[in-house]
Amino acid sequence: MPEPVLRFEHVTVAFDGNPAIEDVSFEVGHGESRVILGAAGSGKTVILKTSLGLLRPVAGRVFLFGQDIANLPEKELFGLRARCGILFQEGALFDSLTIEENVAYPLENHRRENYPPDKVRSRVEEALRFVELAHTLEKFPSQLSGGMRRRVGIARANITEPALVLYDSPTAGLDPITANNIMSLIVKERDVRQATTIIVTQRFQDGKIMAKYRYNPATEDLEAASHNGDALVKGIQFLVMKQGRLVFEGDEGALERSADPYVSKFVMRD
Amino acid sequence: MLDFLKNPVLSIQEFFVLSGRTIKNLAVRPHYFNDTLMQMDIIGVGSLPIVLLCGFFSGVVMALQMSRALQTYGAVGQTGPIVAITLVRELGPVLTALVVAGRNSAGIASELGSMKVTEQIDAMRALGTDPILKLVKPRLIATCAMQPCLTAISDFVGMIGGYLIAFFLLRITTSEYWNGAYRTLEYDDVVQGLLKPFIFGVVISLVGCFYGLRTTGGTQGVGRATTQAVVVAIVWIFVLNAFITKIFVSI
Repeated sequence: MPEPVLRFEHVTVAFDGNPAIEDVSFEVGHGESRVILGAAGSGKTVILKTSLGLLRPVAGRVFLFGQDIANLPEKELFGLRARCGILFQEGALFDSLTIEENVAYPLENHRRENYPPDKVRSRVEEALRFVELAHTLEKFPSQLSGGMRRRVGIARANITEPALVLYDSPTAGLDPITANNIMSLIVKERDVRQATTIIVTQRFQDGKIMAKYRYNPATEDLEAASHNGDALVKGIQFLVMKQGRLVFEGDEGALERSADPYVSKFVMRD
Repeated sequence: MLDFLKNPVLSIQEFFVLSGRTIKNLAVRPHYFNDTLMQMDIIGVGSLPIVLLCGFFSGVVMALQMSRALQTYGAVGQTGPIVAITLVRELGPVLTALVVAGRNSAGIASELGSMKVTEQIDAMRALGTDPILKLVKPRLIATCAMQPCLTAISDFVGMIGGYLIAFFLLRITTSEYWNGAYRTLEYDDVVQGLLKPFIFGVVISLVGCFYGLRTTGGTQGVGRATTQAVVVAIVWIFVLNAFITKIFVSI
């Protein structure tokens, strides 16, 4: 059986002695997706940051591409991080760089990339065209709207075609139309490259789009995963966080059937 | 019982860890030359107007104050040497450092603090860049290179300020003022006058970076980090100045 892309084993992360996540265990295999739901402050973002070694656990072990990263020196983490992409909340684009420079940043800075410099611009243009922002190359992040900044963030997260992509609240604070567009892009990125995807969100609708829709390259649009719309995309699981603890792990059907009052609060029944 | 000491001790420890990591990485690739040059421009050229103003008027004030005291002993002719020594040894390095600390420790802390609270530092780490190499090292090198230059310029402008007072108000001749100043200054005055700003440059940049990188709590946290950076940098400048002066006086 192939090694999972990411595995958490009884991981606890604490700030000043207060646990932000406690005894969290889960794993994600190649090409699979996870949707992490939870209220604000439940530790969702901490999971993402711990996955890349940006935060260190005080207990437990984190395996990224089979390597235990809990105590790995920062220098050695860079090689593993180069195989991952991440969209931070609000995008976290560099204010002082143009959109082109922001999107090109991973190509020019990940040491294992060695991307030919003369091909960077065309690759950046291609990545921005994918998120329908090809016209923003020369602009600065402050000149873009919140939704556009997220889309640039998605382009930056995916430009190196990483095996694992993490999205931190990609739709938070956006209007429903923009939020759906962002989710469509995420599904598109996932299906075009078969990337392992973890998305953290407060909106059940985001998870539903991840679970029920696929990108169809022929029509260049999303379509229901099956004709009646009930069949789920394979390999997708939902995780629910409550006050730093993982209280639910299962597929969409199990989530919808859950009798747990906290878990069922996240489910929007049709 | 000593719990109240935990935080300050931890802060000092973290500061020295950051300083150690930065110094250890000085020769480590990649070197961000463009970032270093840009910081030299921001810190050096950007601080020049305020440093010139401050240096000039400190020279003017020194000449005015000293002339009154020297008149008592009939030694107004010694104004040049006294202005030169006080400026080169103490006022130049310390005042320039205070001005640059107020301007650049604050600037560095607020810039890095804003990057921290908007997750740009995490993004940088996630995208393959060590913030120590990309952000701290260029600022340290730029400040250490610029601070002695700014101090030398400030000393010179201060001596011109002193000269204008000496020439127009105290009726001291040009050659008396400048010859006196030149003859009085010794090798170790110049050494301490340039060593001090170099060390202050280390303090200004590292304190600014340290408080910037440990910012938490949104925009309010950025404000707090900025204030702390300026206050701590200024305190350290005074404390280190006393130590360095003591060492040179003993020599």
